[in-house]
This record gives sequence, C-alpha cells and structure tokens, in this order.
Amino acid sequence: MPSLRDIRRRIKSVKNTAQLTRALQLVAASRMRRAQQRVLAARPYAEAMRELIGELAGQSRAAGADLHPLLAHRTVAGVGVVLITPDRGLAGPLNTNIIRRGTEVIMREEGQSLNVQVVTAGRKGQDFLARRGRKLLGTFTGIIDRGAYDDAIPIARLVMDSYASGAIDRCFLVYPRFVSTLVQRPEVVQLLPVEGPATADDAANTGKDLEYIYEPNPGAILEALLPRYVEVQIYQALLETAASEQSARMVAMRNATDNAKELVQTYTLTYNKIRQAGITREVTEIASAAEAMAASSR
Amino acid sequence: MAKLRVQIVTAEREVLTEDDVDMVVAPGSEGVVGILPRHAPLLTTLNPGVIRIKKGGVESSMAVGGGFLQVANDRIRILADTAEREDEVDEARADAARQRAQAALQDALKSGQHTQAEAARTALRRSLVRIQVAQRRSGRRSAPTQSSTANTL
Repeated sequence: MPSLRDIRRRIKSVKNTAQLTRALQLVAASRMRRAQQRVLAARPYAEAMRELIGELAGQSRAAGADLHPLLAHRTVAGVGVVLITPDRGLAGPLNTNIIRRGTEVIMREEGQSLNVQVVTAGRKGQDFLARRGRKLLGTFTGIIDRGAYDDAIPIARLVMDSYASGAIDRCFLVYPRFVSTLVQRPEVVQLLPVEGPATADDAANTGKDLEYIYEPNPGAILEALLPRYVEVQIYQALLETAASEQSARMVAMRNATDNAKELVQTYTLTYNKIRQAGITREVTEIASAAEAMAASSR
Repeated sequence: MAKLRVQIVTAEREVLTEDDVDMVVAPGSEGVVGILPRHAPLLTTLNPGVIRIKKGGVESSMAVGGGFLQVANDRIRILADTAEREDEVDEARADAARQRAQAALQDALKSGQHTQAEAARTALRRSLVRIQVAQRRSGRRSAPTQSSTANTL
C-alpha cells in the first residue's frame, strides 16, 4: 500500500498537469473560434470559384478549343503531393491521422511506380517525412496560424511551376478538413490538372444550358481564373488545417483536464481511506491498550 | 419588376449579399458594364475599380482590386481579389499607399524593370480606386491628385 506521503505527492503532480492542460485548452478555445470563423467565411468564395471553373471548363471542352495547360490531362509519370499539417502537436489524433493519410497517398502512387514529389506546409508533416529520409520538393512552416492569403501564393507557384516544367503531371492536396469542433477528416483532393465540379449537383445549380457572353473570351478568363483557383484551394486548405488544429487541441486538452480531475478524485479517495484506516487502527490500539491496563490494575 | 441579387465575395470573406438591387455598374476588363435586371448571362474579368450598386434610389459603392463577375438569372456574383465598402476605406492609408506605389513606379521606370513597374502600376491603380471610393462617401468629387496621377498610368 502506498504511503500517505506518496499519494499526496501524486495528487499534487496531477493537479499541476491539469493546470497546464487547462491553460492550453483555454488558449486553443479562443484561437479555435477565430480559426473557425475564418474558414467558414472563406468557403463561399472557394465554392463560387469551383462553380465558375466547372462552367468554363465545360464550355472550353464543348467549343473544342485548346484546353488550358492546367486543365489538360497528360500521361502521368510524376506526381506531386502537397501535405498540409499543423506546426505543433498536442492536438489529439489529428497529426497522426493526417500524416497517415498523406503516407497512404504517397505509397499508393509509388506503388504504381510513379515518381512522387512532396511539398509540406506545417512542421509536423515535414518532420515526419524528413525522419524517414524523404527528400522534399519544398517546405513551408509558420504559416498555418497566420491564415494569410499571401502565404498560399508561393506554394501554388511552386506546384504550378513544377507542373509546367513537367516534373509532375498530377498533384494532390492532402489536409485535415474541418467538419466540426469534434470531427476533422483527412481529405485528398486533386489540385492539378484542375477538375470541374465534383458532383453533378453543382453543375446543375449553375445552369449549364445558359448561353454566356464572355468578356474578353473563355480562354482569357480561364487564364486569369485557374492560377487563382489553385491558390484559393491551397489557401482554403491552410484555413481548414488551422481550424482543425485548434479544435482538435481544444478537445484533447479538455479530455486531459477532465481525466486529471478524475484521477485527483480517485487519489483523494484512496488517500482518505488510508488515512481513516490509520486512525481506526490507532483508536483500536489505544482502546485495547487502555482495556488491558484496566484489567491488570483491577 | 424583377430585381437583382448581388453577392460579393473575396478569398477571406463574404463582403456583401444584397437582394432587390436595381442596377450594378462594374469595371469590366473590356469596359465598364452596367447591369440591369434580365441581363443576359455574362462572365467577365474585372479591372481594379469602383463597383456601384443602386437600390431604391440609394447608391453605394465599393472598391475592388480586380476579379471576376458572373451574371445569370438576375444573380450577380462578384469574386473580387480585394473588396472594401466605402465606409471601410481608410483614406489616409490609401493615400500613403498611393505615394508608395508612385515612388516605386518611378524607380522601376527609371531602371527599366518592367515587371516591377507593372506591379507598381497595379498597386497604384488600386490605391486610386480606394481613394475614389472614400471621396465618394465624403461627398467630394474627383480631387486634383487623381488627374495628375492618371497621366502616369
């Protein structure tokens, strides 16, 4: 049986941990609110852009015109993977999940004997892949928390340049999509070549049969729209990652705090039991001693 | 009579959604476009400029730094690179930006760096648009700064 002093020490240590996790929880909670607002505010633009692309891509295919290079499907020899992860840990299973998904994609493509080039944004993914001795095409850190559009531009540039030079013929974007505070889902989307709307539903909503007037012309609009679209996809993924990170951390730290409180309760109970047992023992000892003395003096 | 539904979004946020709009005037890349209800479906790129929105005799304006505009079924959707409502524009800051851009443009022109000059020109255009919108709010019309800088564009 542990001594009272041991238990007292344990309780104190658990309480310290609880204080720490609680502080982290509060910080994450306030950052989470901001990050969630940001990602929700940015979604309408990304969606509107997706619809526009679908509209134009359909149009330019129907016209039999030369497809924009970013839309053209080529024979695939090299594949790019953009892996977006948080910079920091203490976010529950989030990092493990997203890195596992990223690794799956890399393995799958390499399994088809394709040359895979990885770009990471976020320290966690970078560290993991670097530890496994993988050479990275590019690494970006310290940008998840900022949520600035300008941070998405160099990543998009790198990917599009590699695509233009023929180093990669297809590119995937892997990031944790923010679904709710409790749910973040690793998501894989094809960044290049740009695909139209994912579902037939989207296409129906935009009114496929409308005869648009294009100014200056579909090609020129695509020319302006596509690079912007790639940037927006990456920007959106950065925001999703930030919201996911803070949400996952908030929940993980809340669980940790709750667990610590429970532990303190169990320890306190044991502590009191042992204390009470000690007192009872002493009382019986004194009582029996007193009785023995009374008996002998009689 | 039919009315327009207008939505202006940027990468960061939804700037404005408004129903029952009578007319929208936007700086299209091929010239300024005015859009009334029952306009034909249109897709155009936008130059940096001022978007005017008329609704029930009241006109509001907004500075955009380029983007795309889509009209379909009396719905106007503007995907702007940047967008600021007239009450959001900080005129002093916009003017500082204008001076910076002007200096940068002059530097670039002197040293013959074309890409920098182009970037500076775009920045200058954007700052001018913001100033224009700010002045529209305060009731003043085109100030002398504008015509003098317009020549360098």
